[in-house]
Amino acid sequence: MIFPFSAPKAPPSQLPDVHGTRCGFSFVNCRRNAELMARGFEPPKAVRTGTSIVGIICQDGVILGADTRATEGPIVSDKNCSKIHHLQDHIYCCGAGTAADTEMMTLMTSSELDLHQLNTGRQVPVVCASMLLRRTLFRYQGHIGAALVMGGVDRTGPQIYCIYPCGSNDKIPYAAMGSGTLAAMSVLEHSWRPDLNREQGKQLVREAISAGVFNDLGSGSNIDLCVITRRGAEYLRTDTIASEKGERLGKYGIKPNTTLVTSMSVLSLEVTDERTYGVGLFPSQSTVEVDQQREPQQTEEADNLSAGSQNKAP
Amino acid sequence: MSILAYNGGCVVAMRGKDCVAIATDHRFGVQAQTISTDFKKVFHIAPRMFLGLTGLQTDILTVRDRLMFRKNLYETRENREMCPKPFSAMLSSFLYEHRFGPYFIEPVVAGLDPKTLEPFICNMDLIGCPNAPDDFVVAGTCAEQLYGMCETLWKPDLEPDQLFEVIAQSMMNAFDRDAMSGWGATVYIIEKDKITERTLKTRMD
Repeated sequence: MIFPFSAPKAPPSQLPDVHGTRCGFSFVNCRRNAELMARGFEPPKAVRTGTSIVGIICQDGVILGADTRATEGPIVSDKNCSKIHHLQDHIYCCGAGTAADTEMMTLMTSSELDLHQLNTGRQVPVVCASMLLRRTLFRYQGHIGAALVMGGVDRTGPQIYCIYPCGSNDKIPYAAMGSGTLAAMSVLEHSWRPDLNREQGKQLVREAISAGVFNDLGSGSNIDLCVITRRGAEYLRTDTIASEKGERLGKYGIKPNTTLVTSMSVLSLEVTDERTYGVGLFPSQSTVEVDQQREPQQTEEADNLSAGSQNKAP
Repeated sequence: MSILAYNGGCVVAMRGKDCVAIATDHRFGVQAQTISTDFKKVFHIAPRMFLGLTGLQTDILTVRDRLMFRKNLYETRENREMCPKPFSAMLSSFLYEHRFGPYFIEPVVAGLDPKTLEPFICNMDLIGCPNAPDDFVVAGTCAEQLYGMCETLWKPDLEPDQLFEVIAQSMMNAFDRDAMSGWGATVYIIEKDKITERTLKTRMD
């Protein structure tokens, strides 16, 4: 996938087009898949994070919150997934929508931001991260189903951006996204004030997310929080367990040899040979060292290897 | 009918104490017609790592071959064995590359880290959203049944022998209620020094 801040256009590659050696989306299966769908097969469902995610600005900085349920239709496919993604040390991003899209969008944007930071030599502003995400999402015209709440603190102060899959955005003091938006937003609308301190802010985010957890079926399990201030970020994984799973009283022990086995084979994984190779920075300096050997038969081979590398040296 | 249920089949992987288990059924069918009863959907790709693929048969084989190609390139380039974590990252980005024309598969990765021997299990949806919990992962046409069985029978710190019974019973009882999977099953228990493969006696209907 090409991002706006990628390196200047490279000259066309001389390499043959070997599958898997070039980056970007591959559309090789599209035609086949379209034909299969036309024959009446249902398209499979991707994992979605039918989510409640929330971000607010408080006195010290910003607070992000998310639930931890991922669903595949009506099935809960992950009971404790992490929806608050790290972009930079001072920018975090909550994702709702198609789980793979939010995951990959934030991963790729994070690395683009790292490159940008190295190119410019200063802290990346939050607006830059928002711009990168929006440009990519807009280019794909909503087909990348990532609804994001991004928060960060830079030299212009704390900011919350609400980014939609089509590439539009809101810059607002408190935002909610995902299927639990309604529940979470009702809590925020009721109690958000600009002068909330850190603890009050955290409590408000907890309440907003638990409103989503208890009123929206797409949200559930635990509550994750992330507090970002000028001094840095504090990521609180599993801050609150919204609803405790009860202790199971009975035990379902299965007696040994309950299952009938028709055949059994054991493949033993013994270490027969272990070697460490030291490789120089430049090919001409490379030396091959054999540190450890446990099998005498391997000596010859190792000798050949080191001889081979010496031959290569000019 | 979903295209993921065209050929049928299921895979489940579980974490135990210093070991992991992965199980597969043997059915390969075309809708209601059974073609073969010896297709194992689990592939041994590194000394202590297995990859299970369920879904459309043609894609299972294609994805396996393409992944082996990438894994071999990695191992040649880096001159070391591929660990389960980088392997699932590679699988995830491979599947996401085909975001707009996906392979109709659901992968499961199970293995031990070659250095630390830490158990690792992971599954993904068809476009590569990774999910690496600390209990069990399931995939296939009887995923719902498997979820139920595994939630009931699995508990933390199972020893290899207990883990075998748990995964075997979960698998067999789950696919008894699924017409698309079954016809025999194989369980692999991966420990630090050995891999035990057991073929189960199951109903053949």
